[in-house]
Amino acid sequence: MNAQAPVVEMTNISISFPGVKALDGVNFRMFPGEVHSLLGENGAGKSTLIKALTGVYAIDSGPADSGEILLAGNRVSFAGPAQAQNAGISTVYQEVNLLGNLSVAENIMLGREPRRFGGIDWRATRRRAVELLRGLHLDIDPGSLLGSHSLAVQQLVAIARAIDVNAKVLILDEPTSSLDADEVAELFRVIRELKAEGVAILFVSHFLDQVYEISDRLTVLRNGKLVGEYRTAEILRLDLVQKMIGKELAILDALERRIVEPGGGEDDEVPLLAATALGRKGSIAPVDLRVYTGEVVGLAGLLGSGRTELARILSGIDRPDSGELVIDGTPHRFRTPRSALARGVAYSSENRRAEGIVEDLTVRDNIVLALQADRGWFHPISRKRRDELAVSYIQALNIRPANPDAIVRNLSGGNQQKVLLARWLAVAPRLLILDEPTRGIDVGAKAEIQKLVVNLAENGMSVLFISAELEEVLRLSSRIAIMRDRRLVADIVNDDLTVDSLLAIIADGELTAVER
Amino acid sequence: MSIDTSSAPVDAGRRLLGRVSSAFTSPKYGPVLVTLVLLIAIFAIGGSRYRGFVSGPVILNLFVDNAYLIVLAVGMTFVILTGGIDLSVGAVLALSTMIAASLLQSGWSASVVIPLILVLTSVLGLLVGLMIHIFKIQPFIATLAAMFLARGLCYVISKDSISITDPVFVSLAQTRISFGGRMSITASVVIALLVVLVAFLVLHYSRLGRTVYAIGGGEQSGMLMGLPVARTKVLVYVISGFCSGLAGVLFTFYTLSGYSLTAVGTELDAIAAVVIGGTLLTGGYGFVLGSVLGVLVLGTIQTIITFEGTLSSWWTRIFIGGLLLVFIVLQKVLTARRR
Repeated sequence: MNAQAPVVEMTNISISFPGVKALDGVNFRMFPGEVHSLLGENGAGKSTLIKALTGVYAIDSGPADSGEILLAGNRVSFAGPAQAQNAGISTVYQEVNLLGNLSVAENIMLGREPRRFGGIDWRATRRRAVELLRGLHLDIDPGSLLGSHSLAVQQLVAIARAIDVNAKVLILDEPTSSLDADEVAELFRVIRELKAEGVAILFVSHFLDQVYEISDRLTVLRNGKLVGEYRTAEILRLDLVQKMIGKELAILDALERRIVEPGGGEDDEVPLLAATALGRKGSIAPVDLRVYTGEVVGLAGLLGSGRTELARILSGIDRPDSGELVIDGTPHRFRTPRSALARGVAYSSENRRAEGIVEDLTVRDNIVLALQADRGWFHPISRKRRDELAVSYIQALNIRPANPDAIVRNLSGGNQQKVLLARWLAVAPRLLILDEPTRGIDVGAKAEIQKLVVNLAENGMSVLFISAELEEVLRLSSRIAIMRDRRLVADIVNDDLTVDSLLAIIADGELTAVER
Repeated sequence: MSIDTSSAPVDAGRRLLGRVSSAFTSPKYGPVLVTLVLLIAIFAIGGSRYRGFVSGPVILNLFVDNAYLIVLAVGMTFVILTGGIDLSVGAVLALSTMIAASLLQSGWSASVVIPLILVLTSVLGLLVGLMIHIFKIQPFIATLAAMFLARGLCYVISKDSISITDPVFVSLAQTRISFGGRMSITASVVIALLVVLVAFLVLHYSRLGRTVYAIGGGEQSGMLMGLPVARTKVLVYVISGFCSGLAGVLFTFYTLSGYSLTAVGTELDAIAAVVIGGTLLTGGYGFVLGSVLGVLVLGTIQTIITFEGTLSSWWTRIFIGGLLLVFIVLQKVLTARRR
C-alpha cells in the first residue's frame, strides 16, 4: 500500500482559537483505498483537523495558523467547503448536516442539480438520486421529506450525497453513533465497496470495536498534538487506549495520593444515593450505583461510554425510563435539575462554556447564580452578602484575578472552572457530580481542584468524579465505577488498582479485578 | 378474487384518506391546505349571508384592491423562508410613493421614475442585507432601522400628500382589462400575478430558490453542503426591497398620490399574509402561492366586514389577530410532531 503516493498529506498544521491551541504542528496522511481512523478524546483536535482538511477553517487566515495541505501531490488551499468538495473531499458530519425540510432527492443533489431550460430538471434530479440510493441498497421515496426518516436513513442519505461528488476522500465523522448493529453492518458494507473503488476513507468513531473492524491504519491525537500513526493490526487495544488518554504530567505525579477512606460502606448504612436498574433507552443500559456520605466515587470510561449520560440522569436533566433512584432512604421523583438540587444533588457540566458559566457576567454574579435561583427571585441576596460570598470563594479556591467584578469570559479555563465549582459549593450540596472538572485547564489549577475535591469529601460532601484521566480518578476516588459502551461494567474498591488494570477494563471490559 | 374486488375500493379509499391526512399534518403542505380550506369556508360563509358575495366582480376586486399587498407578500416570503424578517417594507412602499409623486410633479418622465424607484429600493435592500450579513445584526433590528430611515425620508420629501397627474400613471390607474360584464382587472393585477409566477419559478426551479429553502432549514448545514449561503442571504433582502418598490408603484396606480403616512403597518399585514399562507416564521417551509392565499384571506375578511356594513373596520384586525394566533400554534404543533 505504501508503494502508492498518499492522496492527502497534511504537514505541520497549527490552528489556534482565542486562548486555545487546537492543533499544534500535526502531520496527517491518507492513502487511496484505505480506511484510516482518527482517534483521540474530546478536545484532542479531531474535529479541527477535519475542518482544516475540508476548508471550513482556512489554514492561512489567522496569524497563528500555519501548515500545508497536499491533495494528490498538489498544494491546495480551500476558501470554503464548496471548494474542498469540488476538489474531491466530501464530508459526512457528526450531526447529520442535512436539511430536514427538503426532500431526500434534493438533499442528495442540492447545489448541483441537473438543469434544463435554465431551470432545475427535477426528473433528472430524482433519477440520479434514485441511482445513488440504489447503490447503497436504500429503498426510500426520493420525494419524501428527509426529516420524516430515521437518523440512520438520514446518515446513509448524507453518504449518498458525499459519494455523488466523485469523492477521492470521504470523511465520516462519528457516522455510527446513532446506528444500531444491523445499520452499522450496512454502513461497513458500503465503506468496503468504496474502499475497493480506491476512495480514501477517514473514519472517526469512539467505538474501538468498530475502529478495529473497519480501519487499516490509524492516527492518534491528544491535546492538539500528534501522538502517532499506526497500522491497526499492529497496535494492541490496551496500548491504543493508553496513547489516547495519555500519561499525567510529572508535577501531578508528585501530588501525594490522598484517598479519603469511605465514611461508611457497611451494609447497615443507608447510602446517600442508591440507583437501581436506572436506565434510559438509547442512552445507557440499566445501572446500579451507590454513593455513601463523604466518599469520592470515580466514574471512568472513554468518551461516549455513557459517563455524562449517567450524570445527566442522576441530576434530573434527562429522565430515566427504567429503574429507581433513592436519595437518603426516600425515592426521588425525577422532574428537573431543580428538584434534584432540592434533594442536595448538584451537577457541574463537562461543557463548561455552554452549560456552565455565563461568560458575560462577573465572577460574583456567576458564583451567586445557583444560590439565588435556589432561594427564588423574590428573596434577593443582599449586595453585602454577595460580596462576602464572592470574596470568600475567590480566596478559598484561589481564583485569579481575585476581583469579584472581573468578567468571566476573560478568565483562563482553570479559573472559569473554579468559578463554576464555587457556584455549586455555594448551594452546599450533599452530592456534587463533577463532569470532567479538570479538562482543558493548566496543571496548577488541576492540582488545586483535585485538592479541593479531597477536602470537600473530608468535610462530609459526597463527590461523583467523572474524568477521562485515569491517574486523577485513581488518586482521588475511594471507589471506581467504569462505563464501557454505555453500560456500567465494573464498580471496584480502589485499594490496589493501577492505571493498567483500569485500562484493561476500559479496553476489553474484562473484570480482572474483584467486584465489590 | 371476489373478496379482492369488494375490498379494493375500501382499500383505495383508506389509502386516499391516509394520503390526505398525511398531507394535512405535514409541516410542508399542512398549513397551506388549512389556509385553502379556510379561504373556501370564508367564501361559503360570505355567500350564505350576502347576495352577490360569491361573484366574479367581488373576487376580481379582491385582486385589484390587494395587488400591492401580493407583491409585498412575495418579497416577504423570500425573507421569511430564510428565517429572517423585513419590517421595512411598509415604509419603503410609502417612500416610493413619495419619490414617484414628487419626481413626477417636477416633470420627470414615468419611464425614468419607475426604474429609478426599483433600483433605489433594491439598493436599500442590499444595504440592509449587507448589514445583516457582515455585522451579524438581527434582521429584526436591521430592518427596523431601515423602516425608520425610509419613513423619515418620506417627511423630508414632503409633509403633505402630493397628487399625481402624470398621464402614464393616470392611464395605468384607470385602464381596466375587461372580461365582459362588470368583470375587469387593472394592470396592477397583471403585474402582481407576473411577480408571483416569477417568484414561484425562482423558488422551485432555480438553485437560488432552493438555497433560500436550505438556509431556512439550517444555515450551518447549507454552508457545509457548499451552498452560497452568504450571497443568498443578502439577496433575499434585495428581492424584498425590489418588491417593496414595485408595490409602492402599484400603490400609486391605486391611489394616484404620494403620502408620507401611507401604508403604516402594512409590513405587518404582509407578514400576517405570509404566516397565514403557511410559511413557517422559523423558515424552511412555505410556498409563495400560500402567501397569495394568505393575502386573499385577509382581503376576503375585509370584504365581509364591508358587506356587513354596520361593523367597524377594526374588526378586520381582530379577525386577523385571532387567525394569526391559530396559525402560529398550528405551525408549532406540526413541526413539533416531526422532531
